[in-house]
Amino acid sequence: MNHDLPLWADLAVSLFLVLGAVFGLVGSWGLIRLPDPMTRLHAPTKATTLGIGGVLIASMLLTFARDGVVSTHELLITLFLVLTSPITALFIGKVHLHLRQDRSALPRPATGAGWAGYTAEGPARGVRESTRSSTPPAGEAPRTSD
Amino acid sequence: MMVYALGFAAACFGLALLMNLWRLVKGPEASDRILALDTMVVNVIALLILLGIGLGTAVFFEVAMLFALVGFVSTVAYCRFLLRGDIIE
Amino acid sequence: MLKRILPHPLLSLSLVVTWLLLVNSLSLNSLVFAILVALLIPQATRAYWPDLPRVRHPIKILGYGLLVMHDIIKANIDVALIVLFKRRADLRPAWICVPLEIRSPEAITALAATITLTPGTVSCDLAQDGHAILVHCLHAPDPNAVRDDIKARYESRLKEIFA
Repeated sequence: MNHDLPLWADLAVSLFLVLGAVFGLVGSWGLIRLPDPMTRLHAPTKATTLGIGGVLIASMLLTFARDGVVSTHELLITLFLVLTSPITALFIGKVHLHLRQDRSALPRPATGAGWAGYTAEGPARGVRESTRSSTPPAGEAPRTSD
Repeated sequence: MMVYALGFAAACFGLALLMNLWRLVKGPEASDRILALDTMVVNVIALLILLGIGLGTAVFFEVAMLFALVGFVSTVAYCRFLLRGDIIE
Repeated sequence: MLKRILPHPLLSLSLVVTWLLLVNSLSLNSLVFAILVALLIPQATRAYWPDLPRVRHPIKILGYGLLVMHDIIKANIDVALIVLFKRRADLRPAWICVPLEIRSPEAITALAATITLTPGTVSCDLAQDGHAILVHCLHAPDPNAVRDDIKARYESRLKEIFA
């Protein structure tokens, strides 16, 4: 399938494939090796994104070298993964906070308000409203001394 | 050269899938299991693209994109279910 | 009138670009369909996003994007090295609380996504009043340095972009 590829394209595609594969493997290895759920969250969300990025760059290079056209589907997949991986990480972190994390181990916000995931009202929906009015929002607790 | 790189990459992502599977089965917490599933989706996307490169077709990009969309939505739905006990409020 | 048709011009523009990338061709009929999509989707979702984000310097978004891309690659190498070579006993995970000066929801969302994508940090929660963000660090011997770095490197730039 790659008899007509120039040497530079062959080498570049191979390089990106190997780089991407190594990062993907490291991300999954981190998922096994790191000691607790919150640290485990770090490895896959980052390393795997770059791993798949490497594979997609290799694929783009290959299409370009073989057919002379730029395929944009790879760009779209990369963009989509980069946009969604912070959201999944945030959700998984929230699940961990919600189910297991010892709340006294968390630092408190300086304003004295609680973290949104732990308050009965849920996440802060009215951030923009609170910036428009000059008075502090009604739910804000006074600053505590500790 | 590229054939060897393709084989190496496929082996790496396959091994990564096995590691994720181990975390999915063992993973002491629900958040670990969700994370393992999410990482599996990403690794499967990588494998699909490798398959596309290997077979020399562009058909698998649509599959990979659908996988990315469905994987994201299912991860978020699972998390919301655990957070709120409900998916669509 | 223009605001009626295009409640979110930037969203419409990115939808056109996304659609053209998706069909992978630049013909007239795909462009027409892209414009159709870009007109209909903001209309359907405008109830969920009533206010326009106030962007002061659209050009600076590009520079910020390049900075974040550079940091993503650096983050990956850092995290890969920590995963591979750091012994478990040497790992110093930490929770830090970053007080926020930016207030608009779009700016906070951008900052939270940036924190998650860059070196060894994941943003996990927002204070109920929206004035602080909870961040988990993979390896932070000095948590205050990480906090100051986030504020100086990303938040100050976002403050310039979003009014």
